[in-house]
Amino acid sequence: MTAGQDPKIQEIRDRALLVRRETIRLVGIAKSGHYSSVFSCAEILAALYSGGMRIAEDPAWPERDRLILSKGHVAVGLYPLLAERGYFPTDWLDSYTRLGSPLGDHPDVRRVPGVDFSSGSLGHGLSIGVGMAQAARMRGYRETRIWALLGDQELNEGEIWEAAGAASHHGLGNLCAIVDANQMGLDGMVEETLSVEPIAGRFDAFGWEVLEIDGHDPEAILAAFADLPATTGGKPVCIVARTVKGQGVGYMELSRNWHLGYLAPDDAAAAVAEIDQRG
Amino acid sequence: MAENIEYAPIPSAEGTWDIPSSEKLAKSAVVGKVLAELGNHDPDIVVITADLKFSNRTVDFEVAHPDRFINVGISEQHMVTMAAGMATYGYKPYVATFASFVGLLAAEQMRTDLAYPGLPVRIVAHHAGISLGFYGTSHHATEDLGVLRSIANMTVVCPCDATSMREALAQTIEFPGPVYFRVGRGRDPDVYADRPEGAFEFGRAAVLREGDDLTIVANGVTVSEALVAAEALALDGIEATVIDAHTVRPFDSSTIAESAGRSGRLLVAEEHNVVGGVATACAEALVEHGLANVKLERIGMPADEYALIGPPTHLYRHYELDATGIEKRARKLAAG
Repeated sequence: MTAGQDPKIQEIRDRALLVRRETIRLVGIAKSGHYSSVFSCAEILAALYSGGMRIAEDPAWPERDRLILSKGHVAVGLYPLLAERGYFPTDWLDSYTRLGSPLGDHPDVRRVPGVDFSSGSLGHGLSIGVGMAQAARMRGYRETRIWALLGDQELNEGEIWEAAGAASHHGLGNLCAIVDANQMGLDGMVEETLSVEPIAGRFDAFGWEVLEIDGHDPEAILAAFADLPATTGGKPVCIVARTVKGQGVGYMELSRNWHLGYLAPDDAAAAVAEIDQRG
Repeated sequence: MAENIEYAPIPSAEGTWDIPSSEKLAKSAVVGKVLAELGNHDPDIVVITADLKFSNRTVDFEVAHPDRFINVGISEQHMVTMAAGMATYGYKPYVATFASFVGLLAAEQMRTDLAYPGLPVRIVAHHAGISLGFYGTSHHATEDLGVLRSIANMTVVCPCDATSMREALAQTIEFPGPVYFRVGRGRDPDVYADRPEGAFEFGRAAVLREGDDLTIVANGVTVSEALVAAEALALDGIEATVIDAHTVRPFDSSTIAESAGRSGRLLVAEEHNVVGGVATACAEALVEHGLANVKLERIGMPADEYALIGPPTHLYRHYELDATGIEKRARKLAAG
């Protein structure tokens, strides 16, 4: 970090570290989990919870910004951020995936304060976002922004495009989709399985404002958030975040073997050491 | 196969299903009007449809409350999920489209986005069963009850006429979870219009006629037909109880079991596959109440058939879902 840099940048880096470290710890409890899908969006999640989202002490504040994890399998990366904010006791994290725990691999809006919708079935999140954005506008919450975090392979789902068309038709400037374009689905590279490119071109054609950034660069994410048009604008916004699935642990990066996985204690410690070292 | 098909027009009290006869019954298409009235008092009601506002008359709501009406075009899955998002802000979205395009096409959205989080979204699934006749199987919904009955937190109500539709909408307005209203064309003959207030009670099967020889359980379009059949049977001294099992989930199994237990004979007529719907719910009710000895007959779409092409009234006749068919099957059951 150089002198004069926005302190937010270090805050995001630190929080992204927390996300990666806690993901490794919690998946260790479950002995199975989505390390690499979380790692690709660690900086994005960190930035959203470092001032990107307009949220308050009360997770149920009606006018808050909301986040829909359309790629619901990264909930394990979200939980530590919600606990850090005090939305639920941190010892809940230790119960992750254990019988009766509020915290599962996919988030449950009924059980977890700070989770804005239950997700996990890919393709639904943008429609949820459209409904919320419509409703927030009807309620007169002029500053509320609805954020939806999507995967790139998820863009194969048809409902995404039903929602994309609806959002621009209704001029939902209070809706922001972030595509975590980590280049991979479960079976391998998106380009090989079923391409979704050009992502930016597709959203542009659907009438969205589109930004394309390096999704691991806190400075770029901050700049994108700062440049977002007003929520009262007439166009929904899509941020295409170019990322690397597994970012932070070398052997997981762009490896199809790590969509779901488990690190035994020694390997977990080594992975954490690598993450810390790369900072 | 072909030798079983009657091609000739079949005379029927309702004439046939076509635009002119449909227009005559159009006053019974009340969904949009009732919602517009309810919307006068409840500012949280919003109505959403998928390019079918004239078919389901939600246009009547649009005229009254244009700022709370959304047409999503032809995107039913999005419509259901989006309604879930709106419900999280305290709105009560009423989502209306053909039963086939919501009860089946958007079934997963109803499960995951409405029932699992327990959101008060209402689905008006109209033109259910085989009521779209010659539009064919893509437009029929004869499996939706089977799907919905196994979804936790889901409530399913099948009003059979304008009065019960009005009642069903009004009685569930504050209901906390999702409700699936399974309706016919919304242009149906009166059943409840001249009955005393309270005859239609959400959650409770309605005993519309009492008799000791057999019990006929009907649902939706078969309710009025079952009543006609029961009158014809009575002329020959066969007295039937007719029950409108309008609330399919939760199912009022004790009312059914009590009646069937008395008569020992139960005939179920529903516009659904004989597997998974009201007949299955009745069979479960009998077994749960220790009444496995009751004789059960089912009228519905045969387990392994999709409907023939034909006008709805002809199909109802062909599959014995009309008064004549119900009467015939009831006689057989009563004689057995």
